[in-house]
Amino acid sequence: MEKPRVATKAAKAVAVTVVLALVLIPFLVIVSTSLASNREVVDNGGWVLWPSDPTLRAYRTILNGGIVTKALGVSVGLTVLGTLFSLACTTFLAYALARPGVFGGKPVLLLILFTFLFPPGMIPAFLLVKGMGMMDTYAALVAPVLINVFNLIVLRGFFQGIPEELYEAARLDGAGDWQILWRIVLPLSKAALAVVSLFYAVSYWNAWFHASIYMESGHWPLSQVLRTYVIGGSQIADTGLSEAGMVSAPQTTQMAVLVIATVPILLVYPFLQKYFTKGVLTGAIKS
Amino acid sequence: MVPGLAYFLVFHYGAFVANAVAFKEYVPFDGLWASPWVGTENFSRMFGDPDFWHATWNTLFIAVLQLVFFFPAPLGLALLLHSLTSDLLRRFTQSVIYLPHFLSWVVVVALFQQVLSDTGLLNTFLSDSGLHIVDIIGNPDAYKPLVVIEVIWKDAGWGTIIFLAALMQVDEQLYEASAIDGAGPWRRFWHVTLPSIRPIIILLLIMRLGDILSVGFEQMLLQRQSVGPEVGEVLDTFVFWQGIVGGDTGYAAAAGLFKGVVGAALVFTANRIAHRLGEQGVYK
Repeated sequence: MEKPRVATKAAKAVAVTVVLALVLIPFLVIVSTSLASNREVVDNGGWVLWPSDPTLRAYRTILNGGIVTKALGVSVGLTVLGTLFSLACTTFLAYALARPGVFGGKPVLLLILFTFLFPPGMIPAFLLVKGMGMMDTYAALVAPVLINVFNLIVLRGFFQGIPEELYEAARLDGAGDWQILWRIVLPLSKAALAVVSLFYAVSYWNAWFHASIYMESGHWPLSQVLRTYVIGGSQIADTGLSEAGMVSAPQTTQMAVLVIATVPILLVYPFLQKYFTKGVLTGAIKS
Repeated sequence: MVPGLAYFLVFHYGAFVANAVAFKEYVPFDGLWASPWVGTENFSRMFGDPDFWHATWNTLFIAVLQLVFFFPAPLGLALLLHSLTSDLLRRFTQSVIYLPHFLSWVVVVALFQQVLSDTGLLNTFLSDSGLHIVDIIGNPDAYKPLVVIEVIWKDAGWGTIIFLAALMQVDEQLYEASAIDGAGPWRRFWHVTLPSIRPIIILLLIMRLGDILSVGFEQMLLQRQSVGPEVGEVLDTFVFWQGIVGGDTGYAAAAGLFKGVVGAALVFTANRIAHRLGEQGVYK
């Protein structure tokens, strides 16, 4: 191809810079404000782009064993256990649906794809959870969202991409389905498993709606706490979390909660990012 | 297979059956099955309810805004990324723009409020520079554009994945051939790039149409308060507000069922049209 013109190049550079700035600057402001001193935040009218005197005071305040600490524990537990359950169930089902000749394979797949087209609705789901006596149990936050159809299709697509010869060879060696799954299929599917785990983990970590309707406030995960105290604007100090007067600039505390809710995602993200395109696309193409 | 299947039977088909409540007068004490049947009373009440029509109108309006502004955004971004010659820069930009997709709506909404509210970043800057402040959060006129901008910020980057993959698969030889035939960059874009990725654009468009009545439940619920139901209510929040907050269970289920049926009908229609036009569509 011929060399692009200078004007085109400049326009592209500007466009990329604007896009990057639009995403990155809000992050920078949040982290900076959470680290700034109260005085600086007040002087600046509520936000700081670059703290001159960083302090971890806001973090110490909210992680002092109060409501945020507890919610953090709930969120971590929920994310770890929920992801494990979801991943296990999705893997088994995807494996069964990926193998030819499994009894009822085709109708079951259609049955599942139909739910994608026609989701049952919020009110019936709510009545069901209530009717099963799961109100205010952590099961209410896991069971109704156990398997994500998109993730299921991604994994099934991946399993189907494994050469048939490998399955046959394993069978000849006398391996059963469990052994094939454990020894051959799973080790070969690391990329897809990584992506699916990330999707599940992120959705458990971010979930707040179910918690808001099913859980008592004492059992809330972090994102629901965030919703109440940052978006709802309630003062965290009101809940007896910190000694009076500690939180003179609420922005600092709110930003610190925001950071705590975001950091785990930022931490796992770089490790899994390389698998995205691969994992997402197998699913998209197969479906 | 059993636990997974059980999940779908209980939580999807079980809940599906529980849609029967839309035809009942739900009495919490009696439970779902013992509550009396009322036929289509909930539906006729719904169609006469101005609040329901408000919600429907808001939903459709936001859906159209999303279709016009949000739908092409990932495509544009993908074309921009695809045209970058530096591999490193492209990868870096990709990592950055995927990121907001993984933040929860709570975080995104909180973030927008911090930036745009009357004491937020933008207005502090404006008032410091001696300019008028603009009220964006809490301004009913700004609400609909605002929610669309939020969606673009959060998911336009993520949406590029599928377009980028499609662009990668475009045959290089086609470009070379058309360049030799004297086609400039714009003609190549118009006659090679766009036709090559047309099937994927149509596929995504159909999926979007089927989902058109779901304009973003969590996002709307989080912000409905700031402008009030007149402007901020969409069908999903209407169902939530009537049924779960208001306890008018049968009525809310009727609205939810209405939404589901219309959504499914839209997918069928869109898919049929795609077939007519000789495209593959979502299914055969």
